[in-house]
Order: sequence, then structure tokens, then C-alpha cells
Amino acid sequence: MTSREGGAEAPGRRAGRPGWKLTQEGVVFALAVVLFALFALTLDKFLTAGNLVALVRSVAILGILGLGMGLVVIGRGIDLAMVATMVVSVSWILALSDTGMPLGTALLIGFAFAVAVGFASGILIAYATIPAIFTTLAMGLIVYGSGRAWLFQVDVQNTPANSEFFNFLAQATVLGIPMMIVAFAVLAVIVWALLKWTRFGRFVYATGDNPSAARVAGIPTRYLMVAQYVITAIIAYLAGLIMAAANSGMSTRVYNSTMIYDVLLVVVLGGIGLSGGRGGVRNVLVGTLLVGVLLNGMTIFDIPYTQQNLIKSVILLIAIVIDSIVNPRDEQTAQQEQGDI
Amino acid sequence: MAASETLTRLRYKYLPEHLLGELLTKRWIDNVVPFFALIVAIIVFGTLIPDFFSASSLADFGRQVAEFGLIVLGLSIVMMSGGIDLSVASIFTLSVLVSLIGTNVEAWPTPLVILVTLALGAVCGAINGYLVGYLRLRAFLTTLVTLIIFRSIYDILFLSMSTAIISGFPDSDLLFFIGEGDVLGIPFSLLVAAIIAIVWHVVLSRMRPGWRLTAVGGARRSAHNAGIKVRRTVFFAYVWSGLLCSIAGFLFAARLGSTGADTGVGLEVSALTAAVLGGNSIGGGRGSVAKAVMGAVLVLLLTNSLVNLGVSGPITSTILGVVLLLAVFIDMRWLKHRNRLLAKVYVSPAYLTLPPAPDTTAPGSPYALNDKLRNVEIIGLGEIEGPEDVILDRDDNLYCGTRLGDIVRFFGPDHKRSEIFAHIGGHPLGMAFDRAGNLLVCIGGMGLYQVAPDKTVTKLTDETNRSWMSVVDDSRLRLADDLDIAPDGRVFFSEATIRYEQEDWATDALESRPSGRMIVYDPKRNYTHTDIPKIIFANGVCMCRDGQSFLFAESWTCSILRYWFDGPKKGKTERVISDLPGYPDNINRASDGNYWMALLGMRTPALDLAMRMPGFRRRMARRVAPDQWLYPNINTGCVVKFNDKGEILESLWDLGGENHPMITSMREHRGWLYLGGVSNNRIGRYRIPGADPNWCGQDDYWGPAT
Repeated sequence: MTSREGGAEAPGRRAGRPGWKLTQEGVVFALAVVLFALFALTLDKFLTAGNLVALVRSVAILGILGLGMGLVVIGRGIDLAMVATMVVSVSWILALSDTGMPLGTALLIGFAFAVAVGFASGILIAYATIPAIFTTLAMGLIVYGSGRAWLFQVDVQNTPANSEFFNFLAQATVLGIPMMIVAFAVLAVIVWALLKWTRFGRFVYATGDNPSAARVAGIPTRYLMVAQYVITAIIAYLAGLIMAAANSGMSTRVYNSTMIYDVLLVVVLGGIGLSGGRGGVRNVLVGTLLVGVLLNGMTIFDIPYTQQNLIKSVILLIAIVIDSIVNPRDEQTAQQEQGDI
Repeated sequence: MAASETLTRLRYKYLPEHLLGELLTKRWIDNVVPFFALIVAIIVFGTLIPDFFSASSLADFGRQVAEFGLIVLGLSIVMMSGGIDLSVASIFTLSVLVSLIGTNVEAWPTPLVILVTLALGAVCGAINGYLVGYLRLRAFLTTLVTLIIFRSIYDILFLSMSTAIISGFPDSDLLFFIGEGDVLGIPFSLLVAAIIAIVWHVVLSRMRPGWRLTAVGGARRSAHNAGIKVRRTVFFAYVWSGLLCSIAGFLFAARLGSTGADTGVGLEVSALTAAVLGGNSIGGGRGSVAKAVMGAVLVLLLTNSLVNLGVSGPITSTILGVVLLLAVFIDMRWLKHRNRLLAKVYVSPAYLTLPPAPDTTAPGSPYALNDKLRNVEIIGLGEIEGPEDVILDRDDNLYCGTRLGDIVRFFGPDHKRSEIFAHIGGHPLGMAFDRAGNLLVCIGGMGLYQVAPDKTVTKLTDETNRSWMSVVDDSRLRLADDLDIAPDGRVFFSEATIRYEQEDWATDALESRPSGRMIVYDPKRNYTHTDIPKIIFANGVCMCRDGQSFLFAESWTCSILRYWFDGPKKGKTERVISDLPGYPDNINRASDGNYWMALLGMRTPALDLAMRMPGFRRRMARRVAPDQWLYPNINTGCVVKFNDKGEILESLWDLGGENHPMITSMREHRGWLYLGGVSNNRIGRYRIPGADPNWCGQDDYWGPAT
């Protein structure tokens, strides 16, 4: 818990508190463990195999989306269109393959669609300098609306029966671990390596920490932003495939749920500061763990869906409050031409 | 050549190209695009949709505009403060529910319901305000989360209350009137909304709280430095937003009497689109009620019409998303490039032909070159900055203005010691004593001021009549330049230009456009009026000895004009000199019955030629840095003496401007000539050979002291 990932280190440390070892990440991790133990001890249904699988499933998809969200948040962006991209690209694949198109082609089209969405968001954010939060909010609307209007007609798309691809994703195991978890782990490793070992990752940290300084230093921040949103869209697409496999279909209702806020919750709770430049994959993992345990516990306690939303959003609010206290914004750079929103 | 030049002349005379730049400086220019978009939308949808203009559909539309408009207004207020409030949709929905619980379930009296609903809105707004204002959270994300929180509360309450709400029925005439009634054919709720909008318009545009709000949105740091309580201002912006949303919610509840699971879903995006589409900037600081109203009507028109035309929900939301992105994009670009565009188009040179400059080297020329002003005595070297005008009183004290906003007095007769006579705050540009010995001063950027002998400063006037055809607001005095006082006490003063500030005088020179004027101030009636409009840089003013007319300098045309304000030639203007070798500045009376005039700079052949090529000068203004422009030669100072007929009698030069570059004023006093310059750090004193050693301008004009 004491060392942080490379680029995150310097700005995260504040002078005057050399003895401070307790990071948000550590607290959240401990909290998750405690909650897990608590649930395991008090709820007899919690430690059942079926429940753990359910937990893992919900966790895996949230976690994958969190990886993408974490990446853009580190680069001082945000992507509220992730869920829309996920739902629409995968629903379209399923709708296409339903019309008889070979699955491979459909997958390719879906991939291209997701990349196009990420590219469009990136261009609007980087070149048209529309604030990311606006762009992606509107982009979510546009993607979902046009998907419902033109790409597919029914609410729920089922995966093609006997599709080897989806069966593989849903049922195969590696060393007894379900494919979903493996996919999450692989993606986590890839994103971790991307952030830690590549120039791209370093630049993302630099841009997130101080965009104008990064730009002055010669980092191609605009390309970088576009690349971030494209990567996020691709991750959303992959998450969608796994979700479709797990649920044997994709429901467009997912878009209308508060899933995107769960993803944000994962990222913010895990300790990736919204002011950018801080955190890493480990924060996403920890956040995912806590949110997963929390969601699962609430489901077992039989808390109605609406009240779950209330609880989650209040927790998110508290997390944001704490985040803004722990990672205060730089007054000098906060209010820019598009205002401080 | 002649034909094409005539064309150029006509083009620049009749094509009002400067208006484009002036329009761009107007605050309301932001509204033009939304306004025309609204007109187009009304025409298009009005023709596409049958019964669009029928009374019932208009009334229904009006009620919807009232509710939606209030929400957009609330959001716009928050946006003006530099934040954003997405929770408006949920506060609205929650208010609808609480109103319905009050009326249908609890059967409270209507005023109580209103009170409870408004309190709810205020509390929700206060939560947002506290989080964003005092805890300094990010507005967008925070209100996005409170949007879900309030929405979840709504969902929870709605599940348990929906049956009770449907089964209950309110029995209140007042409630019915609020929901369905109208006053003189105008729906009651629309009336309420209109009154609220008008009140907010007044608050935002005419009152201090509104100015503070926009100041905080425009630049938080500067607002803080100016002493505005930033956090409290932001807090109350959210409270007001919550209140307005709850009013909208109550009106909605009163109108429909029911609510559903999808009430208010996605409303935040519509409201946001409306606010941005109307022209409220997401960066804060720029916005108005009119913009909010236009945006609200536009978006409601769009969504209602799309529903009417049978467009499906998803497509409508796609269109809304695209419109939102487009509006934000245009807003960002506009904000970013507005000033750049303005800087490009504002400078609008005019066509001007100058007569050939007189030859200064010919033998016998009254302009014969000399260096008489080179080795004059120096007063106050380094103690003063920018003595544009100098004046002396009966006791030989010397007064001059400085760039720092002071009037400095050097004590006579040796002028070694000095004091700050008065601090006014702007650069004094012209001075004159009135009959009572008060010093009247023209202050650049401020107006006409009076300093009494006991040093009390009084503002005489800082505005004149607004001319109706001027786009620039010319009621405010921008560059009062020089003055003189008629025997009856009327003050005639010049305003150099209405288009530029003092420091941009060179840009006005580049334009050479008739944008200056002569203004009269009558102290007896406390009345200010523009007497002569359209002067190409009105400068020095000097009363003639007939008591019926005065001379004034029109700098960029190198001429001196005479205007009769009384007598048989009243109202007439005559050109006295029109071919000066330089640009005239102040004019003052000489002891021998003639007049002194300062030339602030000399003409150059290149600049004279450029005056006939407005396109060239515009390109220069756009493409070349200002310090590389063609300028009048201000490195050479010159003072000339001329008589009533406009004949030049003698010239005093400081070639190369070693001691006195850019002489802007001179004043004769007891045989000496005192020289001031707007960019100098000294005052010069030249012994005039043969001049009356006892002549004092104040005594000469007003008579000896009584």
C-alpha cells in the first residue's frame, strides 16, 4: 500500500505528512474485506457457490468497464457514454447475426461501431474542445437513440443459440476459473501494462496531471485524448460481449439503469482522483471488489432496486466529497475557458 | 485612377462597414442566432403541423412553456454563476410528487401545499449549493449524483403513494384556477412564469445581486478579489434554481393532477439543451433571462413538434443530443473567437484625402524649420508623467495633468516646488479656468470635472444625449479631450472619438473616421448636449475674442474649424485652416490677439497616401502588429501661431524631438510659453521674444481678479 504506481507518485504525495501510509486504496480494500467477512459470517446464503458466481459476474463486468473509465479519468476525462456504447454495439451484433449474418462479420461491425463512437467522442473533446462530460453525456443519448431507432427494434436481443463463441465466453474455464474472470484479469493486466510500461501510459498520467504543461512539454495531448476514448469504447465493447454471453443476451434496459454511475463509483471509490493523473489499475480492482460486495450484499438483504440506487448514489456522493478533500483541485487551473464544471 | 478612386471614396462613404464591429461589441449580439432559429422553427413547424396556431394548442403550449421555462431559467441562473445543475429534473419531479401528495392524499389547503413544495425545492437546491458552493465539489458530477438521489427518493415514494394519489381528488377552486385558469386569455401559469422571468431579468441586468452572480461566473478569482462572497453567491444560485424548479413542479401538478414513473426522465438533458441553445455559456458569466426563454421555447417547440410529427422517442432523443452537442460547440467556438473576430473587424478605416502639405523648407515659409524649442527651460523633469495640458493662474502657479490621474500644481514664480492639487483618477486632457477661478478639466474616460480653488472635486457631466442612429452607446463620454468656456459660462468641450479609449488614439488615427464630436455643457441648466457630431478626432478648443464662436481642431484632417454658437452666424461651421503640415492638438489665445496651436505630430507622405487607401490600412491593422503601423511622425514637436484668418505667422520647432516630442499643448503666460506633451515627463518654458511680460490668460479673458 505504500508505493504507488509510477506516474501517480509525485503529485499524490503531500509534503508535511511523511508518516501517512493509509491510502484510500488501502482503506477501501480493508473495508471490502471486512464487509465480505461480515456477509460471509452473518448471511448463510452469501458463501454459496451460486452466490459467489453471481457476485463474480456482476463484479467482472463492472470491473472491465471500470478499467476503461479509470483510464480516461486518469487522463482527466470522463466517459459517460460507455454503457450506451456497450449496449448498442453488442445489441447490433446480436441483431445482425439474428438476420443470418455470420457472427464473425457481425462482431467486426460491432467493433467498428464502438471504435467509431470512441473516435467521435475523442475528436469532439480534443479538437472541438467540448467538455468531456458534455460530449459523452450527449454521445450516450445519440448512440442509444440512434441504436434504438435504426439498428435494432426489440428491447432484448438474445445471443444466437449454439453459438460457440458465446458459449465459450459463458462456460469455459481456465484452471477452474470462469472465463469472465479470466477475461477481466487479462484486460486488467493489459491496461496495467499499458499504463505502466508504455509511453502512452506515461503520457496519459502527464496529461491528466497538468494538461497544459503536458502540451507545452511536447506531448501530443490531442491524439492522446482521442486514443483514450477509442480504448474506452473498445473496452466497453468487450464488456458488452461478456455481458451478453453471461446473460445469453443484451437488454437495452441496461442503458436506462444506473450502471454508468456504478462504474464511476468503482473508479472514485477505488481512489482514482477525478482531477486526473493519479491512481491505476489496482485502484480499479479494489473499487470493484467493494462495489461488488456491496451490491451483492444489498441484493441478498433483499433491498428493493430503487433503494439500492439511493444507497449507491449517496455512497458515490460521499466518495466524491472525500475525493475532493483528499485530492483538492488546483485553483489555478480549475476554471478554464469552459468553466469549472 | 480618378474613377477607381471615386469608387473607393463612394464605397467607404456609403457602406457602413464599421457597424459590423460595433454590433459585435453589443452584449445582445449573442441572442441573434437563437432568435432567428426560433423564428425559423416557428415558421417551419407552424406550416408542418396542423392546428399549430389554434387557441387551445397555443394555451397548452403556453402552460408547458411556463413549466419548462422556469426549469431552464433555474438552470441558466446556475450556469451564469459558473456551475451547472443537472438535478433540476429530479427536483421538479419530486416537487410534482410532493404537491400531489399534499393535494390528493393529505388534502392540505393549497397555500400550504405551495409552501411545502417551495420549501422542498429550496432544501434540494441548498443541498446542491452547499456541496458545490461551500465544499467546492465539481458541479456537473455532483448534481448528476444528486439527480439520481432525488430521483431514487421519488421512485421510492412514488411506489408507495401512487395508488393514493390516483384515488384522491383535490377539491380546490384555487388549485383548479392555477392549473387550468387564465387571465385575459393568458394561461395563469404562463403569467406566473412571465412575472418571475421579468423579475429575474431586472435582478440580473439591473441589480447588484445579479451583477455579483454574473461576476462570479465570469471570473471567480476576480470576483473574490473584488470582495464578492463567492461561495455564498454560488450557494444561492442553486437555491434559486431549486425554488424555480419546485414552482414548475407545482404548476405541473396543478395542471395534470397525476404523475407517472417516467415523469421528468431525461428532462435535465432537454433543459440543458435549451439553456445552451438559448446562448447561455456553459463557462458561466454570460447569460440572460431572454436567452433562457428563447432556448426553452425552441426546445419545447422542437420536441413537441417531433412528437406531433410521429417521430419516435429514440430519434427525438438522438436529435436532442446532436442539438446539445452542436449548441455547446458553437458556444465554445463563439466564446473563443468572438474577441479575435472583433479585433479583426472592428478597425474600419475610412477614405480621406488630405490637401498637399505645405513646404516647410521653402525660404520665407511660415513653417520654416528651426530649433527654437530645443534648449528651453525644463520644469518638473521626471516628476510628472504625461502633462497633456498645462495652465497657469493669476498667481503664476502652473497646473498640469498626469497619467496617474492627478493634477499637479507647481508653485510660481520659479516652479521648483510642486504638490498634488487634486486626484481625480483619470488622465486630465484639457483644462480651463472659469470666471470664478474653478479649474475645469476634461478627463479621458471619465468626463468633465471641476476642481474648486479649495481643491474640492465635482463631477460636472459624464454623459450626453444618446443619438438614436449610433450603434455604439454614445451617451457616455469616452474620451473628453479639451474644453473652453464661453463668456456666459457654457462649457464647450470636445470628445475625440466614441469608438476608442484614450490609449487607442493611434487606432483612431488609422481609421480617420468621423467619430468625434463637440459637446456643450450648460452649468445653469445642468444640461449636456452634442452640438457638432461627426468630427474626425475633435481636439483642441479655444474661444475666439468675439464671444460668439470658438476654434476647434480636427486632428486627422489637419484642419482648424470655427463654430459660431451665438450671434448672426449661429450654428455655422467654417474651415479656417485645412492644410496644416501636422496634426493639430490644443489651441490657446496668444497675448498679441492671435492663437497658438500645438501640432502633436507631422504628416508623412506615406501616411497621406495611405489615407486614400482604406483597404490597405485595414490589411495593415489586421496583419501587422500595432507597433509596426504607419503613424504620424510624433518625434517632432511643433508649435505655430496663427491669426483669425487662418494665416500662419510663425513656427517653433524641436526637430527630432529631443526635448519636446509630441507637443500637445502650450500656454502663454507673462512672456513665456509653457509646453506640455501627452507622453513627456517634463514641461518646457520658452521665452517669447517681444511678448507682453505682464499678460495673463486668465486676466485677459475673464478680467482682473475682483
